Amino acid sequence: MKGIGTSSGIALGKVLIYEEPKITVEENKAKDIDREIARLNKAIGRAVEEIQQLYVRTLENVGEDEAEIFNAHKMMAEDPEFIEGVKSKIRDEKVTAEWAVKQVAEEYISIFENIEDEYLRERALDLKDVSQRLLRILLGIESMDLSILKEECIIVAEDLTPSDTAQMNKDMILGIVTELGGTTSHTSIIARSLEIPAIAGVEDIIGTVKNGDIIIIDGSKGTITLEPSKKDIEAYKTKKKEQEDFRFKLQEMRGKGSISKDGTKVEIAANIGNHRDLNSVIENDGEGVGLFRTEFLYMDNNRLPTEEEQFKAYRFVAEGLEGKPVIIRTLDVGGDKDIPYMNLPKEMNPFLGYRAIRLCLDRTDIFKTQLRALLRASAFGNIKIMFPMISNIEEVRLAKRQLEEAKEELTKENIEFNPNIEVGIMVEIPAVAIHSDIFAKEIDFFSIGTNDLIQYTVAVDRGNQHISNLYNQYHPSVLKLIKMTIENGHKEGIWVGMCGEAAGDEKLIPLLLAMGLDEFSMNPSSMLKARYIIKNTSKEEIEPMLDKILSLPTAEDVERFIDENIVK
Amino acid sequence: MYKEEVILKNKTGLHARPASLFVREAAKFSSDIKVIKDNKEYNAKSIMGILSMGAGKGDAITIQADGSDAEEAIESLVKLINDKFNEKE
Repeated sequence: MKGIGTSSGIALGKVLIYEEPKITVEENKAKDIDREIARLNKAIGRAVEEIQQLYVRTLENVGEDEAEIFNAHKMMAEDPEFIEGVKSKIRDEKVTAEWAVKQVAEEYISIFENIEDEYLRERALDLKDVSQRLLRILLGIESMDLSILKEECIIVAEDLTPSDTAQMNKDMILGIVTELGGTTSHTSIIARSLEIPAIAGVEDIIGTVKNGDIIIIDGSKGTITLEPSKKDIEAYKTKKKEQEDFRFKLQEMRGKGSISKDGTKVEIAANIGNHRDLNSVIENDGEGVGLFRTEFLYMDNNRLPTEEEQFKAYRFVAEGLEGKPVIIRTLDVGGDKDIPYMNLPKEMNPFLGYRAIRLCLDRTDIFKTQLRALLRASAFGNIKIMFPMISNIEEVRLAKRQLEEAKEELTKENIEFNPNIEVGIMVEIPAVAIHSDIFAKEIDFFSIGTNDLIQYTVAVDRGNQHISNLYNQYHPSVLKLIKMTIENGHKEGIWVGMCGEAAGDEKLIPLLLAMGLDEFSMNPSSMLKARYIIKNTSKEEIEPMLDKILSLPTAEDVERFIDENIVK
Repeated sequence: MYKEEVILKNKTGLHARPASLFVREAAKFSSDIKVIKDNKEYNAKSIMGILSMGAGKGDAITIQADGSDAEEAIESLVKLINDKFNEKE
């Protein structure tokens, strides 16, 4: 079977199918009241145990703040009023424990939801979670919790949600195969950052395999071997060994500059989505952060982050990098990234809709808070600001005006910041790439966001697996836009980076180097390999091939040309 | 029976972290402890009760305890509120 390889590496292991259990409860009279009470007590004990395990695991793997939610869950599961309420219902109405749990939980949920308070609405969600857990236990539905896996396995699922992946015990997960998603979907991005081989877009894999089946997956090729033969397993072992040797070779790249064979120096930086990712930047010897996504600050809570909370996160990264640059992207929400409490309208075409800078220029309260936090943090390190989803010059000017206002406010308040902070834009809409000679006069740098640039150039929803074959980073039109942007930036004396997936693509790195790209920003785990490629590539050797490559008719031709003449 | 009226001075009132700190503190005592707001009684050891009370900054609440350690319970819960739950900012 075949899908889209989204995180490289190979794995051999047992299948574990991960599915959300479906829970339905019917109103049933209880035959034995005491038995129902005993069932309830036992279920509560079990629920508390599960929650405790989640707490400990999250504390160890993620952090105290994230683990705190499970403390709240535990208090709810053990709540005397709640438990008494359920017991009274069982006794008074002579119903089953599950029906009583459902009714009482729903009463509280509606109380919480009806109080005008964001915090309580959030607790309503927690209570839903806790009551689902109790119901699941009472009904004897097997839970599947990715954080308490007992043996190593390859996860097979329709797709994984951020909360699934946050709980994942990565030491037990050998690989991930999903029916939905593509290279840039959430699961794929997480898999790459955890260095777990992954394949997405595999139609009906759930119907094809069963729990315990042994399979081999190859995250580079996107292939899945069902019922592997002895020969397949031997081949797997040989390949695994080779990959480990190569990993060792990459470690030797640490501490060496990213300089091509013929002496062109570039910068290899990291894309991160959380201040805690700083460690992986340092471990993989990043020369900076080329994209710090700030959405996590808005998604981790059920309210907008305060200026102080943002300031701390930005400052943490800026200080941790000790003077190396960090490009922080302002809020890029909307499209596929929803923030429930913001009540963003559902749109027919979210990727073409109210999102990112469009939303920020409309909600200047949210935007200004973020800009103030960024400026304040700029006093503590080498921070640059980047605006996403720019489509015209007016937006650049409006965004910069907001930044100037924030600077004036801070000056009045005697708060320190870097007055010369660099400001750049993402080049992810073709309109900007085409007009980049003019945009370059307004800002300090470009960062090409290839994920969206490809999607907008070829008009392909990158999450839609039916047309994922049309989404292709070797499309000559995309490459032309990239080259045009780099050249226009350089003409105006500004530097040009790239923070999309293409920047870490081993086949494209030599091309991008030859086009003159100054900064390559990618998943931290790809950085050493990228440096290895840069060091083994001669810019002068590739340059003369560029015209030829860009005149090739199809993406397939481009990829083949690279395979035959460059990567070899 | 002991009781004392206090005004919530911390930023979030009896919500979020303060609510759980309050309930956890109350659970340390064997006495029966209630919180009274607007003539309604809530179980101080129940996070759901305390949360559904919806007490915010500036609200006055009465804490009432009945039992062998009632006096200490009141003292420690009032202190927690007056220390603003050691909230930052």
